[in-house]
Amino acid sequence: MTVRDFQQAFDEKIDKEIAIEPRDWMPDNYRKTLIRQISQHAHSEIIGMLPEGNWITRAPSLRRKAVLLAKVQDEAGHGLYLYSAAETLGISRDEMIEQLHSGKAKYSSIFNYPTTSWADMGAIGWLVDGAAIMNQVALCRTSYGPYARAMVRICKEESFHQRQGYEILLNMSKGTEIQRKMVQESINRWWWPSLMMFGPTDDDSPNTEQSMRWRIKRFTNDELRQRFIDVTVEQCKILGMTLPDPELKWNEERGHYDYGPINWDEFWNVVKGNGPCNKERIATRVKAHEEGAWVRDAALAYSEKQKKRNNKTDHQAA
Amino acid sequence: MPEQDKHKNEWPLWEIFIRSKAGLDHKHVGSLHAADAQMAIENARDVYTRRMEGVSIWVIESKNIHASDPDESSSLYDPANDKIYRHPTFYNLPDELKHM
Ligand SMILES: [Fe+2]
Ligand SMILES: [Fe+2]
Repeated sequence: MTVRDFQQAFDEKIDKEIAIEPRDWMPDNYRKTLIRQISQHAHSEIIGMLPEGNWITRAPSLRRKAVLLAKVQDEAGHGLYLYSAAETLGISRDEMIEQLHSGKAKYSSIFNYPTTSWADMGAIGWLVDGAAIMNQVALCRTSYGPYARAMVRICKEESFHQRQGYEILLNMSKGTEIQRKMVQESINRWWWPSLMMFGPTDDDSPNTEQSMRWRIKRFTNDELRQRFIDVTVEQCKILGMTLPDPELKWNEERGHYDYGPINWDEFWNVVKGNGPCNKERIATRVKAHEEGAWVRDAALAYSEKQKKRNNKTDHQAA
Repeated sequence: MPEQDKHKNEWPLWEIFIRSKAGLDHKHVGSLHAADAQMAIENARDVYTRRMEGVSIWVIESKNIHASDPDESSSLYDPANDKIYRHPTFYNLPDELKHM
């Protein structure tokens, strides 16, 4: 078969919604795009543990602490599912970690914002996990098999993340005046960055078209953002809180909420590394990785030694 | 970085198979890194069975798996292709016939 035949067979599979599997032929750029997207996604899960990890020791009750721990542990798991999916494309784990630490690889900008109050644990679960779920549900049908399977697994676990966050806010919103203020203030800080999680507008997202053609992406950034806004506005009403956008208004004709302009300068500024916590986040990861090096080396040395010992006893027995 | 340095100290990769309940086959769920088989099983428990998804775990070092070549699938599966008589619907039997 020639490259053209391979390409044709690949295109046909995509059109027929047949999943692409690791050993199948695929265009170089399809592979590259996936490696970039999946590893970025994995990094987001891993870095995403940090803002919430910040509150584990200060959770207001044992119940909340157990829940937050379980959620953060899930995010570590999500990172691992995704790293493992990316590795099927021929990039090594160490290479991905190296790209994260050097700043070559990106992760979701949302995790470069600080968590300054307990209400943030609620707002993150509700809004940040909520936005992530919107994205991830769509990716359950992405064309690359291992990525889609990782997404299905992740989506099953995500819904508790959002519900526990919403429950935190719901309880606090029935509390004292100070608690209600904390909730509103937290929503005000997390709303806009959550909308930015869907990425630049479709006009500003040059890769979207190709990704849609390859069925890596199933919906555009703006489509998913709109969906998220429509459901979240209603959820906010039950909390008795407001979203910090005076232009938010139901549009009968479109059947959607209209919303005000997003501050894309802020978005790009954070992407470029100038958000409030970019440096701190990476420094924390690098430190953990470096301080864990001796553990990894020791485990490897131990297993080598065991192997040698087992070989020896095998020979003796023979 | 030269290619071999990129994962010089990386723990080996293991493929994980989980039996979700007694009576079912083990099913591939993904992979993970571990220094040895025991650690692979323990990591698999933490990564893939946090919600009681399994009653049994198999781990196999990825390098020990041999796979068929997808580009040769047409010739590989050729012997099965023209033997539709292996399927029960190949046989034309009267509708009155029951329990068969
Ligand atoms: Fe997650
Ligand atoms: Fe989550």
